[in-house]
Amino acid sequence: MTSGLDMLTPLADLIGSGALAAPPAGEKAAGAVHGDIGAWVMAIPFLPLLGSLLCVLCAIFKVKSKLPAWITVAGLAGAFVAAFVMFQQTTGADGGSQWAVAKAFDWINFQWGSEGQALVANFSFYVDSLTCLWMLFVTGLATLIALYASEYMSHDKGPGYCRFFFAFNLFVFSMACLVMGDNLLLLFLGWEGVGLCSYLLIGYFYKKESAVAAAKKAFIMNRIGDLGLSLGVMLTFVHFGTLEYAQLFHDPEMFPKYLALAQAGDFASIPWQVELIPILLAVGAFGKSAQFPLYVWLPDAMEGPTPVSALIHAATMVTAGVYLVARFLPVFAANQAALGLVILIGAFTALLSATIAMRQYDIKRIMAYSTVSQLGYMFVGVAVLAPSGGAFHVFTHAFFKATLFLCCGAVMHGFAGQLDLRKLSGVMSMKGWLIVSLAMLVGCLNLAGVPFTAGYFSKDMILAESFVNGHAIAGWVLLITAGLTAYYTFRVFFRVFVGPTHAEPGEDLHPHEGESMEEAKANFHAHAPGWAINLVLGILLVGSILVAFLYPMHWADDMIATSTAGGIGAGDHTGTVLGMDPHKVMYYVSAVFGVTGILIAAFLHGPKGLWSLGIGNRSEAETSRADALVPKVGPVAHLAERKWLVDELYHATIAMPLRVIAHISHALDRLLVDGLVNLFGWLPRLFGRTIRPAQNGLLHSYAIRMVGGVGVVVLLVVLVTLL
Amino acid sequence: MLVDIATMAQGDFPEPMTGLTLMHYLMTSGLLFALGLVGFVTRRNLIIMFLCTELMFQAAGIALIAFSRFHLNHTGETFVIFVLTIAAAEAALALALVVLLFRRKETLDASSWAELRG
Repeated sequence: MTSGLDMLTPLADLIGSGALAAPPAGEKAAGAVHGDIGAWVMAIPFLPLLGSLLCVLCAIFKVKSKLPAWITVAGLAGAFVAAFVMFQQTTGADGGSQWAVAKAFDWINFQWGSEGQALVANFSFYVDSLTCLWMLFVTGLATLIALYASEYMSHDKGPGYCRFFFAFNLFVFSMACLVMGDNLLLLFLGWEGVGLCSYLLIGYFYKKESAVAAAKKAFIMNRIGDLGLSLGVMLTFVHFGTLEYAQLFHDPEMFPKYLALAQAGDFASIPWQVELIPILLAVGAFGKSAQFPLYVWLPDAMEGPTPVSALIHAATMVTAGVYLVARFLPVFAANQAALGLVILIGAFTALLSATIAMRQYDIKRIMAYSTVSQLGYMFVGVAVLAPSGGAFHVFTHAFFKATLFLCCGAVMHGFAGQLDLRKLSGVMSMKGWLIVSLAMLVGCLNLAGVPFTAGYFSKDMILAESFVNGHAIAGWVLLITAGLTAYYTFRVFFRVFVGPTHAEPGEDLHPHEGESMEEAKANFHAHAPGWAINLVLGILLVGSILVAFLYPMHWADDMIATSTAGGIGAGDHTGTVLGMDPHKVMYYVSAVFGVTGILIAAFLHGPKGLWSLGIGNRSEAETSRADALVPKVGPVAHLAERKWLVDELYHATIAMPLRVIAHISHALDRLLVDGLVNLFGWLPRLFGRTIRPAQNGLLHSYAIRMVGGVGVVVLLVVLVTLL
Repeated sequence: MLVDIATMAQGDFPEPMTGLTLMHYLMTSGLLFALGLVGFVTRRNLIIMFLCTELMFQAAGIALIAFSRFHLNHTGETFVIFVLTIAAAEAALALALVVLLFRRKETLDASSWAELRG
């Protein structure tokens, strides 16, 4: 930590105290951020960048130890401390919008024309409470997950280990650029950077065909979203003439003007360009945050190592879309259609992926669909103009979903890659698995929204606000989803962690010498997680419980209120649930939905005895009640298991036609283009072949031809002179 | 031009070589050259072929000297002396080459060497 800051001293000098520029247009903002936080702000992105460079050095010097992991953990812990200091310094006692810009160096600065047109994008960071909220959990979880990965990835020590931690560090750097960047171009750089790291880490096992395919799928799906984002960035520049937040959010002629118009209900005065920006940004957000119809990459991304799934594909990167909507909420608020689109897509995705998760058997995929579903909640949260609910759900979800993924990872690590919930049972009663099982239980309680957990509170904020702000249909859809979520979450818990002990090793099983595969299976012993995994899960277990205490403190509300998303909520609270005030009644309603889901899961999948509340009857790894129910539900269950055939639909409508076109183009290329090129190569060869026999190597024939040639020349000369 | 040359060839040499015309020498030179050329084309033996090239060489030399004497200009004769010197050196070189070639294939047939066939 200290050494890392020493490295940064020149940089800190460079930016100095004056570089924490007093914002040009914000009178109320000047001086609102306390003290000189420039060096701390710089540490957040640049410590991970330094870490990634050190990992490259480790790869060059062929380090075979766990050194890259310790470098990463140290650098990220430093970044977390810096983020905490930034948070402490930013959220002062005085209310109102508090923000500052810390500049690292000039990045892009084009000027043209006679009227002073300029495209300015500095490498500088915009700090307000929204930034702090995001960076706290990004750096905190990244540190813990890096520690976890030091043990999880220990089979790959050597070049793979260095590659993993290089991409891990680079990811945190990119995420910091995305969240902290003070202009849309730096956000875009970070946006693409996290996409690249996601691609690199999904395809980490690059010898596995499915991993490579999943990496490509993620990358290509994200390109579609990124097209929307880049168009949105361009349109913002074209319309407002700047990309810097300091101007966009605080110049009274820019976002504040349109936000005021929207809040006054004067939508007719808002130009169509401004109304188009949020729609384009939403397309980008749907790609990155895996919303319908661009969500199919996220479940496949589970091919990557589990720490990656936990950090990138559950806790942090996929919330970038929610961040984008929350950050640009002032301009989203200026277009009711954009908000409606986000609510519609969010609620639909939440329900759709919850139904898919109910019928999957791979526990990591279940968690992946659950992430997609919870991201839908977050989108609805911000889009019903309750950004504090959305942001708080992002925060709590990051903790409990990381916990759940890391528990799945521990199971996968211990049981030779086994993830099928039909082949595992009673993990909790095995020796050394208590912490994992308790962490899993806490994570499941959070995800299921059992009363007084963090997930319960943050979900309630979203649900209540959607009823309050007049989106009752979205609210009911999300309530039903909450019930489904509780069911599929506890389906995993009841089948894998409690009940009769049973474990079959997965496909990563390697027989010892002189041992057949059958013998290896018979002799298989799960190896319980070591200290690093247990420590991280212990911290997350406590953390996931403690996060709930932030709710009574109204922490998220305060954080959002002082950010650019503050003060946007709808004015009139008219909606009701069952004729009552949603905020009061939601605690009971959502608790009923959650507990009902758990009870159904207990009845269908729970083992005999206390752990399934006495209503389960499962006595072996397989469960009879759920299996008996499936045929009665009919084709719906089958379709949900096949993921509603969305992948097949995409394959038939997009992938196949493209493949046909590719084959046609390939044929044309081979026949037409190659043919033409080959023709030009073939003509001289043909010519050469006809005249080549003349060069027969025989002295006499050359001599005769020479004589003949001279004779012809002489004859010509004679003829010409005579005639 | 051709007519001029023909007319010139009828002319007598200057004193004391009366009775001889340039044509006599040019005819000798031409015959010698034709002999060499025919020999070069028809014979297969490398040594004979080389001798034929020498024959053509000397034919050219005779023509040069004849013109030189005809014009009373010594340049041609000087030139031929140089050519003879060089031809002597070149003959040594060429015969050495022929010997080497013979050692390699035990034959003097020119058609044995056709490796540069296209």
